[in-house]
Amino acid sequence: MKAKTADKIATAVIIAVSGLIVLVLAGLLGYILIRGVGHISFDFLTSPPETIRIGGGIGPQLFNSIFLLVLTMIITIPIGLGAGIYMSEYAPANRITNFIRLIVEVLSSVPSIIVGLFGLLVLVNMFNFGFSLFSGALALTVFNLPLMVRITEQGLKGVPREQKEASLALGLTKWKTITSVMLPISMPVVLTGTILAAGRVFGEAAALLFTAGMSSPRLDFTNWNPLSPFSPLNPFRPAETLAVHIWKINSEGLAPDASQIAAGASAVLVITVLLFNFGARWLGRYMYRKFTAIK
Amino acid sequence: MEHIGLTAKDLSVHYGDRPAVKKVSLDFAAKQVTALIGPSGCGKSTFLRSLNRMNDLIPNCKVTGEIWIRDKNINSPSTDVVSLRQKIGMVWQRPNPFHKSIYENIAFGPRYHGIKNKKALDEIVEQSLKKAALWEETKDRLNNSALALSGGQQQRLCIARSIAVKPDIILMDEPASALDPVSTSKIEELIADLKRDYCIVIVTHNMQQAARVSDKTAFFLTGEVMEYDLTQNIFTNPQRQETSDYITGRFG
Amino acid sequence: MAQSFDRQKAKPHIAEEWVGKIVTLLCIALLIITIFSIVYFVASKGLSTFFKNNVNPIDLLTGLKWSPEGEPPFFGALPFIFGSFSTSILAALIAAPLGFCASVFMVEISPKFGRRYLQPVIELLAGIPSVVYGFVGLSVIVPFFRDVFPGQGIGIAAGALVLSIMILPTITTIATDALAALPKGLKEGSYALGSTRWQTIYRIVLPTTLPSLMTGIVLGIARAFGEALAVQMVIGNAPHIPRSLFESASTLTSAITLSMGNTAMGSLANNALWSLALILMLMTFVFVFIVRFLEGRSKL
Repeated sequence: MKAKTADKIATAVIIAVSGLIVLVLAGLLGYILIRGVGHISFDFLTSPPETIRIGGGIGPQLFNSIFLLVLTMIITIPIGLGAGIYMSEYAPANRITNFIRLIVEVLSSVPSIIVGLFGLLVLVNMFNFGFSLFSGALALTVFNLPLMVRITEQGLKGVPREQKEASLALGLTKWKTITSVMLPISMPVVLTGTILAAGRVFGEAAALLFTAGMSSPRLDFTNWNPLSPFSPLNPFRPAETLAVHIWKINSEGLAPDASQIAAGASAVLVITVLLFNFGARWLGRYMYRKFTAIK
Repeated sequence: MEHIGLTAKDLSVHYGDRPAVKKVSLDFAAKQVTALIGPSGCGKSTFLRSLNRMNDLIPNCKVTGEIWIRDKNINSPSTDVVSLRQKIGMVWQRPNPFHKSIYENIAFGPRYHGIKNKKALDEIVEQSLKKAALWEETKDRLNNSALALSGGQQQRLCIARSIAVKPDIILMDEPASALDPVSTSKIEELIADLKRDYCIVIVTHNMQQAARVSDKTAFFLTGEVMEYDLTQNIFTNPQRQETSDYITGRFG
Repeated sequence: MAQSFDRQKAKPHIAEEWVGKIVTLLCIALLIITIFSIVYFVASKGLSTFFKNNVNPIDLLTGLKWSPEGEPPFFGALPFIFGSFSTSILAALIAAPLGFCASVFMVEISPKFGRRYLQPVIELLAGIPSVVYGFVGLSVIVPFFRDVFPGQGIGIAAGALVLSIMILPTITTIATDALAALPKGLKEGSYALGSTRWQTIYRIVLPTTLPSLMTGIVLGIARAFGEALAVQMVIGNAPHIPRSLFESASTLTSAITLSMGNTAMGSLANNALWSLALILMLMTFVFVFIVRFLEGRSKL
């Protein structure tokens, strides 16, 4: 009888803890959304921030975050795919490959603040890219690449061996087999993973403090010449992102409505991450169904 | 069209230190079907997969010995495996069509090998499907997903796919073992037809099937060929006790 | 129809094969060069404090006073090291039981419910950006601690609590995988002897999956150790060892975050910050090797 009582208590505790975790997330999201959503308006999303007056927006920061994400993914995706393909398909099973795996694992666990410092030293100062979107995008690439490699490897490993062999048996090269048979099949996995990685990039701040910078020039949204220093498209201008902005106003915000702005900006950030999450889930399921559909 | 056969000489396969095929020498003639029979794990599939160098993909798998096509030993490091595989088609136990349309499954290989002309591709698709006895069933839905076909149809599509790149030799690894009896007999009829143009090597578990479709049969046991003769002789007058035991169903 | 299988003749597909192989090799090479340059640059900057500025490394590791711009300057990084270790280990102590319970729920108690609700929740927790955690910590946890406990509310406790939620997904995911990978016969054998579910978990499941659970915990600690902004926002940033969990403190990452922008590159104060970064990086390597060791154990 005693064992049964212990079992019941343990089960109750486990269920309670699991419920607590769900509540924590609900509370977290609820808090951010309830406090923040009220502050979100078209004006808030498009106007520039104010330093000491009330009523500042997050327009440039939002634009910077999106632009930086696009730049980062343009650099990350091809390199990550390439490296992932090498690790999954070409790397011979030997000590060197094991060592490379260790290296990738190490890179994936380097704290993002260290990646930021490395960016400051090498990209900003040594290569003289300055505090810029470009430096930021490269730093985020370093931070994101190991994940992208892992996603690609996972996707390719999931391709049935028969599919690969069928293509090779037709006299296709390994490279052509990878690009036109294996990658399409692994697409759902790779795409889902990439979107989740993009969400991570969108919310990253520590790697950007010292690379993309903590300020934004007065942007002129009518100037689309990428070479002009006030053009939003210029990749060599400093760019404070949304995540960095939240950090900055929390630690040194002077505007009287700083905490509302932080709440609004956090809500925007969280909503975006949620969209990425649900988007990835939906897309993964949709593609899975499409590929296995019996028409 | 010249018809080409295949000769294996002292072919051995090792997985790490474990031998799977031991010094097998077999001669496969053009325009003939050769069946490889034997109990599970006797090395017949491993042997088959060595003939188009598919075992290269398996880490730790080492193939030694010679495989001759005309005057070339294709089991040498200097062989261009990609061109070789174009000349040797392969069909697997489980149908494995690409996740593409019926048309694309067939056109995929030829297009890669340089045929870009739409008319020529259409022609190849039609001819290949006709040869695989699948044209009538699929001609109205060539753009549908190949995965929508039944198992037997998928297997014939896989055969059509390998014919489309104009091989000389077709290797079949238990092509009917995952299919129902009706589909199986269709595949067997197809093999009898294809024999006119190709050298066919088929691994099978099913002895009736071997007796029905093949001209010659090789009996494998624990990685060695026990007996290799005309199919008729193997089934009516086996020379070795093991062969006789196997075909009468005493083991395997 | 004459067909040759020789490699010697240049054929387009052989070139294609090589291009593919070389391009992908270059991608992975880029990754390797990156990690080596990170290690090289952080190490050379971090070590220059000792070699160029002649700061004694023992003093740096054990000193209690940090005032790099003082006269004379002091470089005692022990408060930061202490802060980093105490926040991350405390975070793991909070998160480990929670994560274990969640994974038991998902694998043993109600896989259906777990997959549908708990797993997405855990994944969402992993996706929330760290500055948002910092913001919530600052506006919810800190005021709460200020009201309930003596002190300012900021400090190691607030940092550890924020971090524990952030590392919960890491610990839970690995624990869930380990539990799910357990051979079925092992549990069934125990049930067949009349054990209850809890007895089975406690006597069979927990001991056999322990190395994997430890892997998750170490990975969690590693992540907490390297996390910068969320901690920096709630810990208070006073450069000394606090007397209570609710008093302002500092970590390696928070010190770097706050001061790196305010010191001139190449100055002594700046180099000292790079030494902190070096300690952080070396600890990361230590964590990776512990994880490797544990993974090796769990395969046995």
